[in-house]
Amino acid sequence: MRQELHAEWTKLRTVAGTGWLLLALVALTVALSVAASAATTCSSAGCGHDPAKLSLAGIQLGQVAVAMLAVLAVGGEYSTGMIRTTLVAMPRRATVLAAKAAVVGGLTVAAGTVAVLASVLAGRLILPGNGFTAAHGYELLSLADGATLRAAAGSVVYLALIALLSLGVAAAVRDSATAIGVVLGLLYLFPVLLVVVGNPDWQRLVRQISPTNAGLAIQASTDLPGLPIGPWAGLGVLVAWAAAALLGGGLLLRRRDA
Amino acid sequence: MTADGFPRLLRAEWTKFRTVRGWVIGMAVAALLTVAFGLLGAAGNVSSCGGGPNGDDCPAVPRGPGGEAVNDKFFFVHQPLIGDGGITVRVTSLTGIITYPPPNHDEIVPGVVPWAKAGVIVKESTKQGSAYAAMAVTGGHGVRMQHDFTGDVAGRRGGVSAASPRWLRLTRSGDTLTGYESTDGKSWTKVGTARLAGAAVQIGLFVASPCDLTVEEGLASGTTDCRFTEATAVFDHVSLQGGAPGGRWRSADVGVGSDPDGTPRHPGGLEESGGTFTVTGSGDIAPLGGEAGQTVERTLTGAFTGLIVMIVVAVMFATAEYRRGLIRTTLLASPRRGRVLAAKAIVIGTVTFVAGLVGAVVAIPFGEQILRSNGNFVLPVSSLTELRVVAGTAALLAVAAVFALALGALFRRSAVAVITAIVAIVLPYLLATTSVLPADAAEWLLRLTPAAAFAIQQSVPEYPQVIGDYTPSAGYYPLAPGIGLAVLCGFAALALGLAVLRLRRRDA
Repeated sequence: MRQELHAEWTKLRTVAGTGWLLLALVALTVALSVAASAATTCSSAGCGHDPAKLSLAGIQLGQVAVAMLAVLAVGGEYSTGMIRTTLVAMPRRATVLAAKAAVVGGLTVAAGTVAVLASVLAGRLILPGNGFTAAHGYELLSLADGATLRAAAGSVVYLALIALLSLGVAAAVRDSATAIGVVLGLLYLFPVLLVVVGNPDWQRLVRQISPTNAGLAIQASTDLPGLPIGPWAGLGVLVAWAAAALLGGGLLLRRRDA
Repeated sequence: MTADGFPRLLRAEWTKFRTVRGWVIGMAVAALLTVAFGLLGAAGNVSSCGGGPNGDDCPAVPRGPGGEAVNDKFFFVHQPLIGDGGITVRVTSLTGIITYPPPNHDEIVPGVVPWAKAGVIVKESTKQGSAYAAMAVTGGHGVRMQHDFTGDVAGRRGGVSAASPRWLRLTRSGDTLTGYESTDGKSWTKVGTARLAGAAVQIGLFVASPCDLTVEEGLASGTTDCRFTEATAVFDHVSLQGGAPGGRWRSADVGVGSDPDGTPRHPGGLEESGGTFTVTGSGDIAPLGGEAGQTVERTLTGAFTGLIVMIVVAVMFATAEYRRGLIRTTLLASPRRGRVLAAKAIVIGTVTFVAGLVGAVVAIPFGEQILRSNGNFVLPVSSLTELRVVAGTAALLAVAAVFALALGALFRRSAVAVITAIVAIVLPYLLATTSVLPADAAEWLLRLTPAAAFAIQQSVPEYPQVIGDYTPSAGYYPLAPGIGLAVLCGFAALALGLAVLRLRRRDA
């Protein structure tokens, strides 16, 4: 496994896109988070906004860079034919995929932590000026607060799980463009369904099974009993999605010719 | 290149497209997904006549002369008018009550909502939805002349009181109704005209007061609440020209609802003493918006699924050439590079248009049927509007595909192009409609990003004379349908221009 890890690390490190994508992950996340925090005001007590969720809204955009990083780590090898060299050098295919997952996941966690910390800091600085004050029932956003810490750490884990999900999908479909389409479809279609489905039972179900909605339940810091799915259970749903994708991708990788 | 060069180029690109099985299957899948997800979305809406206490008896929604669904509830003091004639009144007061308004929600306060109306009206009959023209003073929008639910002309601004009363006059000559207003009953200003056919009509006084809408922005979606209001107006100097000899004023509570025991709910009323009419009424004479039922475009949500598949296929249509080295053959055969891209754009645009059209044409009738069988009221729209929604959806998909193709040619890397196209079109829509952002930020997203194009699907317009929840999350777009689509066209043209530039400048 050490050899495989080293090989995958070298490949990912030396590809031109990796650095840019990690930079994009941080920049996109922080930019949208700042925009959402700056655009939202709380004019009275009980205005219903969740400051932790708001200050981490950029994850919605940042996850795109993560998905792309993961998809290209696999899809790139298929488009250049590199995959054949890889598998000749390292015939244990499941280990190759595991090494890829570890390297991509590790990089995502590293960059994701930076992005999340910057977003929370931005929220801490911006939100009090927009009426998120003690008078309206909001304390200063702080990682010392359990719910905020859960939202922040959970967002990093969320990004890592999106990376694993994308990796699995890419290994299954073996083409970057199709893989990215499938991943973004999975991420965005459930939220679109929520817009149109009026039936509350269906809405609840969609929120419970969608990788994005359930996974991002981890960001909730207020009104937890009212959520369709709890923070940790929601993240668990995304774990199931990622595990299924990775398992499916791994099986197909072992079964098929490269 | 010969004169018939471009058709040949088109044919070559079409051959490339149709001989790659995955792409053809992709387009078919896109059309299927459009239908499947549209029907799923439709099936997810079950209604039992929203708001009515006695759930299952769905009252028929009246429709105006233009075919649109309308609200037609008001207190009407009327008598018949045959042939030419008119009515003149002086309004000296407009007051009212609003029940349980925020922030404290626990009292009935005096107040008049901005679109409470009191004045004179000529209406085809007392039937709901029949044609009319009215001159009215309003709670907050001055004097207005309104007709047939959608027509609205502004007159003098300002409210009405005993110190500054308003005189209103409505005359009928042939089929033409003319509205006038005055501050002293001597010098009259014409406000507008309307047409109303039919020999015998009803003429008289009316008062209406729409419910008081508040929208609270919440986490997942905004919640709306519409509180009962009532308005009371005092009329004097009532004079009727051309009425039947010895005509008597009769009262009608048009469209009044009834409680389960049969008594009218919130009845209006008339008190008359010495030529002074005090009329109380509730309700509204106005077109209905999206809150009253489901819109046709609800059945077209599946277009998002189709869109993602189409973007992937369109990008591959451009990038596959680079991956396989085919681009060198292509450019050798037709060295005018801009034309190659134009031919590709036409082919992918046409194919996606057809696939999208098939999807939309199938999804709408079946989706509407599902919505209706689930007890939903589907807001009627003219067939021209329906055509615009269907063809517009197909056009949206086609332009989005051209945009994706151009991005593919520009970046030459399929993953980058797919992600850029999807993020540019789908993400802004999601951010704007799922209430993550406040309404005004959401509206700017739907003005500036390619997601503006979804405005082409909006079938029920925003009416300035009705207060409604006109936010993106309620299905209203800030741009007019055509302009919204033009924004996406602009992005596609820009991407195509850059792609041509890059194709010309760089080696393939």
